[in-house]
Amino acid sequence: MPDEQPQPTQTAPSNPAWERVQLARHPKRPHALDYIQRIFTGFMELHGDRAFADDAAIVAGFGKFDDRPVAVIAQQKGRDTKQKLHRNFGMPKPEGYRKAMRIMRLAEKFSRPIITFLDTPGAYPGIDAEERGQAEAIAVSLREMSRLEVPVVSVVIGEGGSGGALGLGVANRVYMLENAYYSVITPESCAAIIYRDSGEAARAAAALRLTAQDLLGLGLIDAVIPEPPGGAQLDYDATAAAIQQTLRGALDALRPMNAASLVEDRYNKFRQMGNLFLSQEAG
Amino acid sequence: MAWFNRQKPGVEAPPDEGGRKVRTEGLWEKCGHCDQIIWRKTLEEAMQVCPKCEYHFRIDARTRLALLFDNGEYEEHDEKLGSTDPLKFVDSKPYAERLAAMRRATALPDALISASGTMNGRRVNICAMELKFIGGSMGAVMGEQITRAIERSARERVPLVIVSASGGARMQEGAVSLMQLAKISAALMKLDEAKVPYISVMTDPTTGGVTASFAMLGDLNIAEPGALIGFAGPRVIEQTIRQKLPEGFQTSEFLLQHGFLDAVVKRSDLKEFLCRAFDLLMN
Repeated sequence: MPDEQPQPTQTAPSNPAWERVQLARHPKRPHALDYIQRIFTGFMELHGDRAFADDAAIVAGFGKFDDRPVAVIAQQKGRDTKQKLHRNFGMPKPEGYRKAMRIMRLAEKFSRPIITFLDTPGAYPGIDAEERGQAEAIAVSLREMSRLEVPVVSVVIGEGGSGGALGLGVANRVYMLENAYYSVITPESCAAIIYRDSGEAARAAAALRLTAQDLLGLGLIDAVIPEPPGGAQLDYDATAAAIQQTLRGALDALRPMNAASLVEDRYNKFRQMGNLFLSQEAG
Repeated sequence: MAWFNRQKPGVEAPPDEGGRKVRTEGLWEKCGHCDQIIWRKTLEEAMQVCPKCEYHFRIDARTRLALLFDNGEYEEHDEKLGSTDPLKFVDSKPYAERLAAMRRATALPDALISASGTMNGRRVNICAMELKFIGGSMGAVMGEQITRAIERSARERVPLVIVSASGGARMQEGAVSLMQLAKISAALMKLDEAKVPYISVMTDPTTGGVTASFAMLGDLNIAEPGALIGFAGPRVIEQTIRQKLPEGFQTSEFLLQHGFLDAVVKRSDLKEFLCRAFDLLMN
């Protein structure tokens, strides 16, 4: 284990899961565009869902990875207050998922691999998002990503907040940074439900088994990408280099596959997820 | 305090009146919407719909299947799958104990019945959720049952109906639950390519990961009147925006108005609607 500086927490003095959640939300943690700048050359951002608006919580476009064109789609958080508001704290709305789907279809049309970066506390829970079909936008994204005839690789770089994150995460290969988390519910909401106290988030974080190592152990991701000692916020370049190396390996493995086997590979990957049940006598 | 507390026994407790009291418990039901007192038998004959205001009472999975299939007859599938408690989750009590208690209370192995039978003579696969089983939440077992039902429909070219009644993904199975969204949505992609019709029926309530995956992915999406349907629950939205939600927000009628439902269908018309739709889409 790298000798991390443990974050001071009153509730749980040694709770690695909660420490990682805090690192995943660290104010200085690199966001998607920090990695995009370092990993891709000539990134061209494209905007809008052609139906309602452009959602700044999702960045989408094309760029070059090792001199070969790829599509990049990422959830983006802001750094200062103004940016945070502009990016809606990294919480996409339906138009964000619809923009993402538009760019993914473009990538498929022109046979470009797709790389997605996941980093959201969750899809935006607001009146306007519900009115425009937040659930429908995510659902369609899940189904349509499973149909894409090009390689898709996802990396959870910070917060993997439930369906909002998964909406960009139906990939042939899924990786997580060492201090990222991926969960069905935020620790705070989970604590509010089961302990009737959102202050018990640390306890909930441990119970939810949401760290990269946990997901690897549950067979839900392909590998954990190591971060520099102390966390990604201490060395953007080294973290970007580690992601780049992982992406290179994944794309090298997926590029030779034809369209049908890419779809089948992705299908089989998710088909076996959670094959964790036992036969029992009914009742 | 002697003047206050009666010292002679027998005055406070009425004499045994078992002989003269008419037992009425269980004969009447109060409408949750208009407060009408309804004779339970009348309610049963009206398919658990208030005769005065048409409020649709929540019904369990068995009642639902009995209403839809001819003569109430159907065969069940995958009814012996049981959760392995992959996270060894503990909240107010261990998840394994909660499951055991739920199995005893509902006589179901998990929150869904996967069934086949005929509707007006046409063979149909219907999955019906049981809200009483941990809020109809979806874990690995439900994910697998639904996926197998979809595969069965594709293989046998038999139309599929999923009747949703669920709070979403099951927190106690963490990211394993979350991945069921992707697994089921990918299976629906295959059903879509096989061109076998799927109708999603949303009932009160349908929220969270269930809405954000298969519930919104029907060839037709329909709902019972007055059902709560949404991505985020109303309390979560109120906490986010810190104001009360407008009247009628996230109801079936609201979704119809915003373009996310094909129709709002009364319970008494549901079977006929499904049969007519399959007739128009298949053969």
